[in-house]
Amino acid sequence: MKTLEKHRYDVVVIGAGGAGLRAAVEAREAGLRVAIVCKSLFGKAHTVMAEGGAAASMGNVNDKDNWQVHFRDTMRGGKFLNNYRMAELHAKESPDRIWELEVWGALFDRTKEGKISQRNFGGHEYPRLAHVGDRTGLELIRTMQQRIVALQQIDAKENGDAESHIKVFAELTITEILKEGNKIAGAYGYWRENGNEVLFEAPAVIIATGGVGKTFKITSNSWEGTGDGHALALKSGANLIDMEFLQFHPTGMVWPPSVRGILVTESVRGEGGILTNSLGERFMFKYIPSVFKEMYADNEEEADRWYLDQDNNRRPPELLPRDEVARAINSEVKAGRGTQHGGVFLDVSKRLPAEVIKKRLPSMWHQFFELAGVDITKEAMEVGPTCHYVMGGVEVEPDTAAAVGVPGLFAAGEVAGGMHGSNRLGGNSLSDLLVFGRRAGMGAAAYVKNNSGSSVSDSAIAAAAARIEAPFTKTGGENAYSLHAELQEVTHNLVGIIRTGKEVEEAIEKIATIRARSANVAVVGDRKFNPGFHLAFDLDNMLLVAESTAKSALLREESRGGHTRDDFPGMNSKWRQVNHVSNFDGNKVNVKAQPLVTLSKELFELFDVHELEKYMTQEEIVKGGSN
Amino acid sequence: MSRKLKLRIWRGDATDGGLKNVEVEVNEGEVVLDVIHRVQATQMGDLAVRWNCKAGKCGSCSMEINGKPRLACMTQVASFPEDEEITITPLRAFPVIKDLVTDVSFNYKKAMEIPSYEHPAELKPGEARMAQVDVERSQEFRKCIECFLCQDVCHVVRDHEENKKSFAGPRFFIRIAELDMHPLDRLKNRKQKAQEEHGLGMCNITKCCTEVCPEHIRITDNAIIPMKERVVDVKYDPVRWLGAKIRKREGIV
Repeated sequence: MKTLEKHRYDVVVIGAGGAGLRAAVEAREAGLRVAIVCKSLFGKAHTVMAEGGAAASMGNVNDKDNWQVHFRDTMRGGKFLNNYRMAELHAKESPDRIWELEVWGALFDRTKEGKISQRNFGGHEYPRLAHVGDRTGLELIRTMQQRIVALQQIDAKENGDAESHIKVFAELTITEILKEGNKIAGAYGYWRENGNEVLFEAPAVIIATGGVGKTFKITSNSWEGTGDGHALALKSGANLIDMEFLQFHPTGMVWPPSVRGILVTESVRGEGGILTNSLGERFMFKYIPSVFKEMYADNEEEADRWYLDQDNNRRPPELLPRDEVARAINSEVKAGRGTQHGGVFLDVSKRLPAEVIKKRLPSMWHQFFELAGVDITKEAMEVGPTCHYVMGGVEVEPDTAAAVGVPGLFAAGEVAGGMHGSNRLGGNSLSDLLVFGRRAGMGAAAYVKNNSGSSVSDSAIAAAAARIEAPFTKTGGENAYSLHAELQEVTHNLVGIIRTGKEVEEAIEKIATIRARSANVAVVGDRKFNPGFHLAFDLDNMLLVAESTAKSALLREESRGGHTRDDFPGMNSKWRQVNHVSNFDGNKVNVKAQPLVTLSKELFELFDVHELEKYMTQEEIVKGGSN
Repeated sequence: MSRKLKLRIWRGDATDGGLKNVEVEVNEGEVVLDVIHRVQATQMGDLAVRWNCKAGKCGSCSMEINGKPRLACMTQVASFPEDEEITITPLRAFPVIKDLVTDVSFNYKKAMEIPSYEHPAELKPGEARMAQVDVERSQEFRKCIECFLCQDVCHVVRDHEENKKSFAGPRFFIRIAELDMHPLDRLKNRKQKAQEEHGLGMCNITKCCTEVCPEHIRITDNAIIPMKERVVDVKYDPVRWLGAKIRKREGIV
């Protein structure tokens, strides 16, 4: 028997997207020894796909912007289900997080005065998104990747070993988070290249694994978005909250079929792109919900004037929060006013000169030209909703990103829940991962000071190893690829963008059946870079996530943000008072309601009472927030 | 419209391997990565291939398609004649791990050798002011998705393993150029270092790297040639040489 590869670190960061890298930088700067573990090569994480920008109220383009306005927009976008403290920290700290990237070498687009330029985006009152054309995510990840290299160069100079304090373990899958007693003791996994197993012993683990999009059939997410961190957290005793809330981005590509779901950035609309149906109607004017009536233009003339004069006109309804636009497109297509391929038209070609489009939306031009044969400077794009982001995630302490109930476990970025409530605003994801990535790094550093961790027991190691070997011991069993496809059909058809209680119940049953069959997944070939083997673990994670989503969706009998119930179409203030919390009993996911943390008095007073009345019960209004 | 497509896929590892014939269904609008995934799901469950975003943004699915380094997610099957077989092989310049997956760690080692960005100490966060026109030059190079196709195609290393030690490759020449053209970077001598330590001089500007770049970065024209010219300027301009000596300047600004 080969000896097991073992490592000891102060903290293991699972995931090398924006949140993971920002956490790693912070933990390293606090003096910790950090392992960064990721399923892909370093620098390939899904953050590279983020296009529009990072929201931060720097006020560079409109000096009326400040953290309070950003906070209000975020709460409105989330339909007031957000963890207010997270939304507050996020709004206050994101400008510093953007400026800090510049110190590390990031090159954002500039204003005329040479400051960081900011663009308009759905749900944001002022131009707020720091951006680099439409490849902002790439800039973020590259900047932090290079920051890590810079720190490693310092370590190489100071103690002769570049990897003395930060080491990247690329193409390594974590299959288990290990505890001794009730505390974190490490993590277990295998190298994708050869299947060899690896043990990390560490008192702290930061989960930064991103989203769950691959649970769904049509998604903008890459193969990595399989809910690993969500499932790892559940299995280690942490809670997930708000798992019924999935964001369907309104504009994914719909044609050709092989690119269905790939994202079309919201910046297309921010730069003036309009949505029309097959009759040529600019239909979004019909879909402005009453809570947003005062902020959005109800006629084309005013909407168009807004691009030139934002102080005296209301915003075009194409820039409503994503959930509203996605539902509107869905309704148009269902009513028979969709395009040939089941989408609607998004057109920027008649709004901006060709050279401006190519300059402001370079990768969109590229993507449509090369993948769909469409020149967006001359013709309209066909778009439709695509599963983009999960608002739900690990229940955390806002200030430290510590997972509730599991000492030593932290979570940041998309995998953490609470920040975005029932719907995330575009641009708030990149800023979220910077703000809470840093806080997770700080939280872990503070924790490690007083907790040195313990060794992992031999029995825990043996159990983790047996689980990795399991798919090879099955013969003639199920095919992981087929089960994955079946799961995606179920989620797409029964817990997708529009839900009913009956269908969700059916989904819960079907997911359970697939889960039972997945225990018999057999793998062909050996452990060497074997995608079928890798998928067996991803599948297990996706099944747990889907179960959690379906069960939470069944409980919530209202429609809010990323959760739309056809049988309960309205928003109900009573449902705003609870989060749904999932935990795992070793066998199945259990979901229960838990009272939402009450908005503090200070933050309550940032809103007009008449606005709050749309979301809160009369009792809550009278109470006026908590002290 | 679905039809059958004949593929030859290289399968094997560092010790042994060869081309395997496969026939697979292909539909309208599909890219090479789609058919590789179909092969994986229906015929070869353990076929190794790297991929992530499937939208040309992450640079993971680099391979050689009919001998040309390309991203499989951005290569339309329809761009090849219908009756022709498509041959898919791993990147040639890097050691094979398995099937279409290669060991690209060479690139991460080279990244470590490039001195990092140095921000002016007196500028506090938020105080930086740069003109759009000045950041654009570096922004072109920061579009790089690190697919390493330029590294793979570059004949300085493609068939000359021995050159790898002293040659950073096109990806890292644009990294150096990017830092060199960064309006605020404080580190001097980046160009000379490119020449002396990173093998800039070994490039003989055949522009193969520019040709394969999926981001259409003008690697040779906008990064390599300007750096080569400036290095030559400084080296052979006696007035500047003397000035540098007298004023003890570190190098060209």
